Amino acid sequence: MNTFNLLVVVCLAYALLLFAVAALTEQAARRGKLRWARSPLIYTLSLSIYCTAWTFYGAVGYAARSGLEFMTIYVGPTLVIIGWWWLLRKLVRIGRMQRITSIADLISARFGKSNGLAIGVTILAVVGTTPYIALQLQSVTLSFDAFALSQERSGFGASAFWVAFGLAFFTIIFGTRNLDVNERHHGVIIAIAIEAVVKLIALLAVGGFVVWGLSDGVDDILARIDSSPIAHWDVRPGRWSALIFLSAAAFLCLPRMFQVLVVENSDERHLRTASWAFPGYLILISLFVLPIAVVGLDRLPAESNPDLFVLTLPLAAGQDGLAILAFLGGFSSATSMVVVASLALATMVSNHIVMPIYLRMISGSGASVSGDVRDVVLFARRFSVAAVVMLGYLYYSLSGGGTALAAIGLVSFVGIAQVLPVLIGGLFWRAATRIGALAGLSLGFVIWGYSFFLPSFGPDVVFSSQVLLEGPFGIQALRPQALFGITGLDPLVHAVVWSISLNTLAFVVGSLMTFPTPIERLQGAQFVNVFDHSAGPRAWTAASAQSEDLMIMAQRILGPKQALSLFHNEVREQTGRPGRPGDLPVPTPEFVGKLERELSGSVGAATAHAMVSQIVGGSSISVQELMAVADETAQIIEYSDRLAMQSRELEKTAAELRTANSKLTKLSVQKDAFLSQISHELRTPMTSIRAFAEILRDGGDLEPHDTARYASIIHDESIRLTRLLDDLLDLTVLENGQVNLNIRRGMLNEALEQAVITAASGEDGHRIKVRRDANSEAVELSTDFDRLAQVFINLISNARKYCDARVPELTVAVQAEEDTVTLDFYDNGTGIAPEARDLIFEKFARMNTQRAGGAGLGLSICRQIMMRLGGDIRFIASDSGAHFRVRLPKDGQTA
Amino acid sequence: MGKRVLVIEDEPNISEAVSFFLSRDGWNVFTHSKGNDALETVAHRAPDVLILDVMLPGRSGMEILRDLRADSRWQKLPVIMLTARGHSRDRAEAEAAGASKFMTKPFSNAEILEAVRALAPQ
Repeated sequence: MNTFNLLVVVCLAYALLLFAVAALTEQAARRGKLRWARSPLIYTLSLSIYCTAWTFYGAVGYAARSGLEFMTIYVGPTLVIIGWWWLLRKLVRIGRMQRITSIADLISARFGKSNGLAIGVTILAVVGTTPYIALQLQSVTLSFDAFALSQERSGFGASAFWVAFGLAFFTIIFGTRNLDVNERHHGVIIAIAIEAVVKLIALLAVGGFVVWGLSDGVDDILARIDSSPIAHWDVRPGRWSALIFLSAAAFLCLPRMFQVLVVENSDERHLRTASWAFPGYLILISLFVLPIAVVGLDRLPAESNPDLFVLTLPLAAGQDGLAILAFLGGFSSATSMVVVASLALATMVSNHIVMPIYLRMISGSGASVSGDVRDVVLFARRFSVAAVVMLGYLYYSLSGGGTALAAIGLVSFVGIAQVLPVLIGGLFWRAATRIGALAGLSLGFVIWGYSFFLPSFGPDVVFSSQVLLEGPFGIQALRPQALFGITGLDPLVHAVVWSISLNTLAFVVGSLMTFPTPIERLQGAQFVNVFDHSAGPRAWTAASAQSEDLMIMAQRILGPKQALSLFHNEVREQTGRPGRPGDLPVPTPEFVGKLERELSGSVGAATAHAMVSQIVGGSSISVQELMAVADETAQIIEYSDRLAMQSRELEKTAAELRTANSKLTKLSVQKDAFLSQISHELRTPMTSIRAFAEILRDGGDLEPHDTARYASIIHDESIRLTRLLDDLLDLTVLENGQVNLNIRRGMLNEALEQAVITAASGEDGHRIKVRRDANSEAVELSTDFDRLAQVFINLISNARKYCDARVPELTVAVQAEEDTVTLDFYDNGTGIAPEARDLIFEKFARMNTQRAGGAGLGLSICRQIMMRLGGDIRFIASDSGAHFRVRLPKDGQTA
Repeated sequence: MGKRVLVIEDEPNISEAVSFFLSRDGWNVFTHSKGNDALETVAHRAPDVLILDVMLPGRSGMEILRDLRADSRWQKLPVIMLTARGHSRDRAEAEAAGASKFMTKPFSNAEILEAVRALAPQ
């Protein structure tokens, strides 16, 4: 069996080994035995997919062509992981909080979950990664060919296709086996870790062979390096800075790097190990680049490809075993990159391009989205993987594979670096907006494509050499590699400076000129202040830490006492014994569910869910959850509005109560005044009675006519007392509504006649003339005639007592209408003083205390009677005598 | 000639009764029934004792008393206040205004007589 066939067999066996490892890992993952797979070491090794075939083969070629410049490719990531660990930590934290699946997802999530932005980044990533995948295929093909040539076999040009096919197959099997919420692929990561070890060992082995096998140790190799042409320390500051910047940007932004760095990260603390271990790995892998390059330039024919020195040096020295190991290292570098890159790209393509289109299509066709969406997503993933790999293959076929590996890598780097301004801005600048991000990305993409990507195909492929030299349509300012008339720059520096600076400018200006939408604001705050919004790093075993967080939250919401008793009860249930202070229960799903229900009683279901899942799930708050929280808030606002309304009503009621109370107080004052009046009215006649009774009792020298007179005063005052008591009782009965009316039909003139006879002349001989009109008085009524006559008697006797005319005269005018009768009583005196008019219907409102024979209750009684009879009595203000108007219904239903 | 007593009281029966038993006891009694010209009457009659009703037409007994006490001529005049209202605050008010004696109707004749005798200057 010759070396080439052996190579094919070893290669297949290696592939099978990777398959087996991946399969076993997946199996272990399903059984939950994966602690070792989540070690910081594995994480660090997975980061080494940064070192692709470009690093493995290309670095030597790069060193052979440009000297130490190749080091910049390692300096960038080292600077990032050592100096920018805080940025990485922020990225990882956000990735976990927001369940970020790719860099496109991250940018989209930051700017209000804009799918447009996600599509933009996805396209940029696909276009930027395609040359890179092509680069890997090319390197594998070239290395196959190197073997074939050394064995003088025919070219193996079709190998690129089979490699692409195999890689797509592997990725589909292990990368898209099923859907994982966290987009973590343990099998793939373990396989990559193994490949990382293999490529490091291979390179170290070749390096060791070169230094100690082909040369005479370290001193010799250092001497060789000094004397070789690449030892001209050709430092070009512009280009070096650009390269360091680019590699740093690539380390952060490359889809595959984002995948292993953020998406596959299972513990933030792994970054701590990686921050020293990964630079160590880079140093080891670059240790022998210069020796291999120098020895290769020395020993191999001038026309041989320096990119393949790693392979061709052992081959030329007849070390076939070492060569196969070197091949496997290169193979590992290439395949691990393609697998992870195609996986990352497939996630982006299926999530942001295929699925939205599919969902729009089925919602357009009216079908409901059902459970088979999962299958659709899986299919989309697999299809995307195949498409991405095939795209790489196509690029490789079209570009002819002629360009140096490093050059292709740089094209990719500059393309993907366009995401950097938006990424950094999104993480640290809350005012960054979606429009700004779109503007920056688009402009950067266009400039990259025009000034770097398209020219990279070489003259006359996309741009004719005339366009490259003189600009399109002869416009010098638009020359792709000398924009705006700036010539003399290295094409790389030119592209980086223009694309990144204009990209950043457009991003900043666009952000400043537009306002973020609410959800952008929200996400902006979540991203920029991610460490304020989330708990610290949490290991998988940190159940007690979760309990503590849950406890703190529960205390804040339920109150310390209730929260404490809730947790204590849970401890008792879980352990079967009363917990000591400080014991915390294990956050089992049952307990967490119970806690969530308790909390939702206080803060609403959505809020409770969001809060609990933020602690337990370590996840972010989704838009829907936020909306639900907002809904609840609205309900609370509505409720508090209702409370405010109720309190306003209460205030109104209180005001009414105050009014009622002041009325009662007034009534009470009136009652006091009334009692005081009654006292006066009763005591006055009693005083006379007692005084004269004592005089009579004491006897002595009384004249007989005095005796008679005093006895008659006692008699009169007794009658006055009796009348007063009668009036009081009458008024009380009327006011309390206890009066029994005796309604009957009768004539008005009869009641008037009776009243005139009774009241027109008093016992004291006072008389008043009453003028009447017999015709108008002939009205038939249905009422209580005795009560009505009482009113008339009161009015007539008042007129008799108070009318101060020389010849007192009272006129009674009757006017009958359809339903009512109106009687006017007016005398010819001077009337009632205006200031007294308001009071005349009040009790004891006698105009003066000169003896009038009444107790001052007459008009009060009249008013009560008329109310009972369904009518009223009013004082009519006039300049002449006292004028009262009585109105009553003809058909008197009692009131 | 006996000491002079002025009775200002709007109830004619009460004035008559009081006049009767005071006259029989040897006092020189004058009566008046209105409040508004009470001060002039006091000045005119220059009584040794004044019997003053609280509720009078025109002007209340309390006001009349206060005016009297404000006048240096009548600061020492014994004044017996009569009231038919049974309020204790009336008594307090009368005493504050300077009443010598406060009596509630109906009174006993002997009571008045005794008060007049006691208050009249010797």
